[in-house]
Amino acid sequence: MSVESLIGRSLPRLEVREKLTGRAQYTADLYRPGMLHGALVGSPHAHARIVSYDVRAARAAPGVRCVLTGDDFGDHRMGAFIKDEHAIAKGKVRYVGEPVVAIAAETEEQARAAALLVEVRYEELPAILTPEDALAPGAALVHEDLASYFKVFEAVCGGNVCSRTELAEGDLAQGWRESDLVVESEYRTPAQAHVSLEPCGALAEVDPAGRVTLWSANQSVFRIQASVCESLGLPMSRLRCLTPRVGAGFGNKMEAHIQPIVVQLALATGRPVKLILSREEDFEIVRTRHPFQIRVKTGVRNDGTFVAREVEVVADGGAYADDSPGVLGYSLLMARGPYRIPHTRCRGTLVYTNKLRAGAFRGFGNPQVSFATETQIDEIAARLGIDPVEIRRKNALGTDDRWFCGQRLGSIGLAECIAVAERESGWADRAKLASAPGKRRGLGFACTAHISGLLGTGAIVRLLEDGSVVLNTGAVDIGQGSDTVLTQICADALKIPLDRVSIASPDTDGSPYNWGTTASRVTYTTGRAVFAAAREVERQIKTHAAELLECAESDLELRPGGVVGIKGVPGKELPFVAISARAHWRKGGPIIGTNSWVFDQPTFDPKRAVAIGLPFPQIGVYSFGALCVEVEVDEITGKVDARRAWTVADVGRAINRASVEGQLEGAFAQGLGFALVEEVVWDGPRLANPTLMDYKVPTTLEVPYELHAHIVESPDPDGPFGAKGVGEIGINVVAAAVANAVAAATGVRLRQLPMTPERVLRGVLASQPGG
Amino acid sequence: MSVRQTLVLRVNDAEREVRPALHDTLLTVLRDELQLTGAKRGCNHGVCGACTVLVDGRPVRACLTLAHTCRGAAITTIEGVTGIADRLRSAFEDANAVQCGFCTSAMVLVAAALVAERPGASIEEIRTGLSGNLCRCTGYRKIVDAVCAVAQGTGR
Ligand code: FES
Ligand code: FES
Repeated sequence: MSVESLIGRSLPRLEVREKLTGRAQYTADLYRPGMLHGALVGSPHAHARIVSYDVRAARAAPGVRCVLTGDDFGDHRMGAFIKDEHAIAKGKVRYVGEPVVAIAAETEEQARAAALLVEVRYEELPAILTPEDALAPGAALVHEDLASYFKVFEAVCGGNVCSRTELAEGDLAQGWRESDLVVESEYRTPAQAHVSLEPCGALAEVDPAGRVTLWSANQSVFRIQASVCESLGLPMSRLRCLTPRVGAGFGNKMEAHIQPIVVQLALATGRPVKLILSREEDFEIVRTRHPFQIRVKTGVRNDGTFVAREVEVVADGGAYADDSPGVLGYSLLMARGPYRIPHTRCRGTLVYTNKLRAGAFRGFGNPQVSFATETQIDEIAARLGIDPVEIRRKNALGTDDRWFCGQRLGSIGLAECIAVAERESGWADRAKLASAPGKRRGLGFACTAHISGLLGTGAIVRLLEDGSVVLNTGAVDIGQGSDTVLTQICADALKIPLDRVSIASPDTDGSPYNWGTTASRVTYTTGRAVFAAAREVERQIKTHAAELLECAESDLELRPGGVVGIKGVPGKELPFVAISARAHWRKGGPIIGTNSWVFDQPTFDPKRAVAIGLPFPQIGVYSFGALCVEVEVDEITGKVDARRAWTVADVGRAINRASVEGQLEGAFAQGLGFALVEEVVWDGPRLANPTLMDYKVPTTLEVPYELHAHIVESPDPDGPFGAKGVGEIGINVVAAAVANAVAAATGVRLRQLPMTPERVLRGVLASQPGG
Repeated sequence: MSVRQTLVLRVNDAEREVRPALHDTLLTVLRDELQLTGAKRGCNHGVCGACTVLVDGRPVRACLTLAHTCRGAAITTIEGVTGIADRLRSAFEDANAVQCGFCTSAMVLVAAALVAERPGASIEEIRTGLSGNLCRCTGYRKIVDAVCAVAQGTGR
């Protein structure tokens, strides 16, 4: 029996063969007997009152079994932070495409054909399309009833302001006085679309007792259960949420999308209903990354010591709050970066507009603010004549420091991340980079940190009669590989082979609560719960073994292969199967280990900081990272080509090295899209590019083959085997590092994303003599 | 109701009788009539590549192909493909080139056609050959490495 630890190995995904043979089933691949197909009618207006519906023709159309309007839904609202959203538009529409009518028919074609027959009369209202519109005196209100909505935190809101947050430490006025140099700039980042390759979809079925089963593409069966029940006024016990394979999420599938509508269609028809969004609908009605306007002002001493920083953010949240208050608060908490800056104040305003809602997206506001702050650091370094890596190293947080607002830090591998990225990229020799004629090359550097944590988590480990184990956590594997990682943790803790553990699919009926696959949290939070639940199983096994082997529990050890024995006495041992049989049939009862916990360390220390409108009191532990990118800029076209990249993260401990690399590589690619090409564009009130033809995401030709992921391990004292999260950190500073590389190559400093050839070229021309 | 016509398709070496409408795509027929759901609908507009299947050994976008134009052709889906594809499967597994898996069926099929046509393909040829298939999860590095291992015979 192998004694090699399962931790730190690059084991393949448990379900990899399923995916390689086409047998993996995603929501769209599920078919139920008698299943109907859903279709939606979207609003043509950004902001309008719904006057009346005429659905007679649609109801009479071939194959149609049900047509639902807002009148068929009760007055219930959902929302992670502010309960401001109905399951379907009711009374008013607030963005173009917002679902207004839902149809179920025998075939998808019939449902979509009937959708064209629906007539809705609207009374148009002034559309609020920008933060400036939203904040203008006398502006039309996106939510007239905002004051009366239920909020889960002390939201500072009013008018079209959805949430305002302010965080401060130190004394800004003193900070400016102590600074030798103050640099201030404004930055803009665009809406980015998640483009999970699997579009959102759901399938709901009502059983004879009236209970609903819902399969959907999601990142949390529990958030979906809560949102659907909240928005339909159903008791949570009436809905069971399940998850087939998920074709990635990136934040898009964390909160509800069309699940409430699909459940209502199933309840109304008594038949299973499936609705899979088209790619266009997925662009138009789900959510995006927030467009940010950011002003950053940083004061430093001549020796490069950071002294003061002021950040002002205006975030466009679109029509509904969704996760936006969290994104705003988190972005401000990240705006000091992984550095010591004694005097810092960050303020943000999140506005409602009549556009598609913005929400969670890998990085959760960090990529936006980091683009600003990490490029400004390079500007400062250039002004002071200090190496960009040196200035970062000089100000980097160390073990005795706290995060902005006062949270203590567990483990910090930042210095090592910087060192690895510097060494691997050949940073010191960057002056020797040769460029072809007409091209210019440069290296760009940036640092980051990101949390992993938040909210409740549980795990159940059950020892079956034959000594094998079922692990149940309720955490959704959205493709990032958490099923494999959690199974590795469980198997290693019990010293049994991987194939003796099976992991249950998330099921709100049977799984312990798990807030979700978000906030880079599953390995850290759920992994901890799994480890503790496995320890509980070990304890129960030892209680039995001590009785059977007539020894003290403390004399026992687990041995590889599912055996418990007396330490130092080779023959004295029992297989798990013997223990489990005894527990099941004779003494003690089935062995079940459970654990549940919630991250409870305060984000904010009132003795050090002031915080107003902070939506999360306890957030998580910190991972750290550094990134170096080499770009080549074409002087004629302005096109930026990322040629090589070194992405480094301190993940505490890599449970599965290849999966950690995969997260860093994938996040880099998505960040490269954000840096160079991706932008959701509105043409007036409607999306101009809701197709993959018009909204480009990076392909094999844009993402450099020389994409080097490096892992740094500074074990977290509480993480499972020391592990911290890695899901998001790799995206945070891609745009910043690319911008810094473009500046190094061309001297052009871009403060707006994406860095399109046109913007680069304009910068190059403007910087040329006579330009 | 749209007109449906009987059609015999040769899918994964078996004759299958289906009754698609004249405008039904091969993707719809494979998925909805034959329950071969390995081909994915990522965009339905010929951009993402997730619906790719092999028709007479060549990768085609099933979302852009009318089912009735496939009469007489040999259609191979991820469920039925063998040979080089089996080596690619092992290589994808070894390189950890699969995350969510939604792009994977198509990547394997496109790579199988690529390696069949150009044994010994270089990294640049592989990058170009896969450039019509989007993956939002992996950053492509591990996928290219997996295909490279098979093309250059360094895999298992
Ligand atoms: S579904 Fe056919 S190319 Fe996207
Ligand atoms: S693995 Fe998710 S799209 Fe490629």
